Amino acid sequence: MRERNVNSWAGGLLLGVVLLYAAALLFAPIFALLSGAFRDGIEPVLNALTTPDALAALRLTATLAISAALINAILGLICAWVLVRHEFPGRRFFNALVDLPFVVSPVIVGYVMIVLFGRMGWLKDFPVQLAFSVEGMLLVTVFVSLPFVIREVQPTLAALTNEQEEAAYTLGASQWLTFRRIIFPTIRHALTYGVVLTLARALGEFGAIAVIGGGVQGATETATIYVFRSMHDRNPISAYSMAVLLGLIAVLILVMMNKLRPGHRKGH
Amino acid sequence: MAQAAAPLERQSLLADVWSPRLSSWGLRASAVIYLTVLIVVPLFVIGVEGLRNGLDSFWTSVTRPAAISAVWLSVWTAGVMAIINTLMGTLTAYVLLQYRFPGKRLLDSLIDLPFAIPTLVTGVMLVLLYGPQTAIGGFFERELGVRVLFAPPGIVLALLFLGYPFVIRAVQPVLAQLDIHQQEAAHTLGASQWTTFRRIILPALLPAMISGGMLSFARALGEFGSIVIVAGNVPMRSQTGAVYIYGQVEGGNMGAASAVSLVMLAIALATTLGVDFLYRWRWQHART
Repeated sequence: MRERNVNSWAGGLLLGVVLLYAAALLFAPIFALLSGAFRDGIEPVLNALTTPDALAALRLTATLAISAALINAILGLICAWVLVRHEFPGRRFFNALVDLPFVVSPVIVGYVMIVLFGRMGWLKDFPVQLAFSVEGMLLVTVFVSLPFVIREVQPTLAALTNEQEEAAYTLGASQWLTFRRIIFPTIRHALTYGVVLTLARALGEFGAIAVIGGGVQGATETATIYVFRSMHDRNPISAYSMAVLLGLIAVLILVMMNKLRPGHRKGH
Repeated sequence: MAQAAAPLERQSLLADVWSPRLSSWGLRASAVIYLTVLIVVPLFVIGVEGLRNGLDSFWTSVTRPAAISAVWLSVWTAGVMAIINTLMGTLTAYVLLQYRFPGKRLLDSLIDLPFAIPTLVTGVMLVLLYGPQTAIGGFFERELGVRVLFAPPGIVLALLFLGYPFVIRAVQPVLAQLDIHQQEAAHTLGASQWTTFRRIILPALLPAMISGGMLSFARALGEFGSIVIVAGNVPMRSQTGAVYIYGQVEGGNMGAASAVSLVMLAIALATTLGVDFLYRWRWQHART
């Protein structure tokens, strides 16, 4: 479709409605958050963000998000590979299940963890303590951010032409060398995009880690739980400051997403 | 998300090259174990826990007034959102592709913000914008007698923010590859812009619109982070299904939590299966 200037009253009306809607939905809330947080200047915000509790929450969020992104980068890549390249009974079943974390409520995920690893849980004698611990929070973070790498890498992997690979392989390149020199460069872009989406999802997780982590200040409290507790304790400046910081990180992620977003592939 | 499921069908001689090795078995085993532990096991747990005390107890838990009202609130707010979002998302995608206007690049790059920002932060933003003490929230409450925040309208607003990219991103690729000639032919033959839209563009877009809308519905159904901030969470009035489950788990009432979880999950799964079905249907119709 060709881009053009608005040339009729109906087009003008349509554009007006869309812009008004987008402004109310996207821009107004951002503006409200900024003006709320910086009502008394920048200093209270900086003070609120450098309290020990806030720093501990940020550290935990960073740890969880980066670990989850690493785990899902590696295992997601393996899953995508197996789902595209291997033929085995149940492949369709597993492929269909990959999207599940996307639609299961995070609260339900946290609840499943309590059922499995809680004090009266099915696996209460499990060697690693997962209920109300950072390890458990990592597990649910990995779960909620699982689909992204797989779903981004899968189409690129499926669209890869075989000739180069076959040539490399026939010429005696090992599997690993073929992967590293031929396949990896092709999927790198999709993989990076998937990892960025994984990071975004992991940073923003709240429901599941609130249930399984218990939100103990300074121990299992992440940045999002910190915002929640501050709202609850009627400590607005702490809540708004952390929300602004999380929003800022989201904007950075958004910039990366826009740079990496696959062009609208034909035939989809 | 769902569109990625299509390009699975592919076999080549590489399958033979790669698969008979031991390393390939290792890969397959890790993938299967990973997906089983992370997805099949939780699914199994929800099913078993939901029904472990028998159908009677499941039924009692699900039909408690607070549970019914919570699930229904989730369903209708997500439904209202999906309808508005399908309409506005399609129009946004259309405008972004058709027209030149100032601020276009900014709007285009902000579309994915809801994917990038923690939903809890969305909730905080909405409190600052529509809360009872703010200018807008105060106006609505005093002049129009409508409570926006800590009431169902606040839930719909939060979900609208969350769902905005879904329809746009589903519709955009289809819109981009629509046949220009068809449109121009219709136009030169004297069809008005509206007729062109109604007769040529809309039918082609409908499957993408509906699946984008349904996906946003499925995603919104279980939303927790923003809702728990903006909804007020009063049982029977502004408590959604996810918040209800949270309350039951915190209160140690696992039976009620598991039954309602099962219902919510079933609705979400049915919706995503519907999306999948729609994609396959479109796929087949695109070929014939």
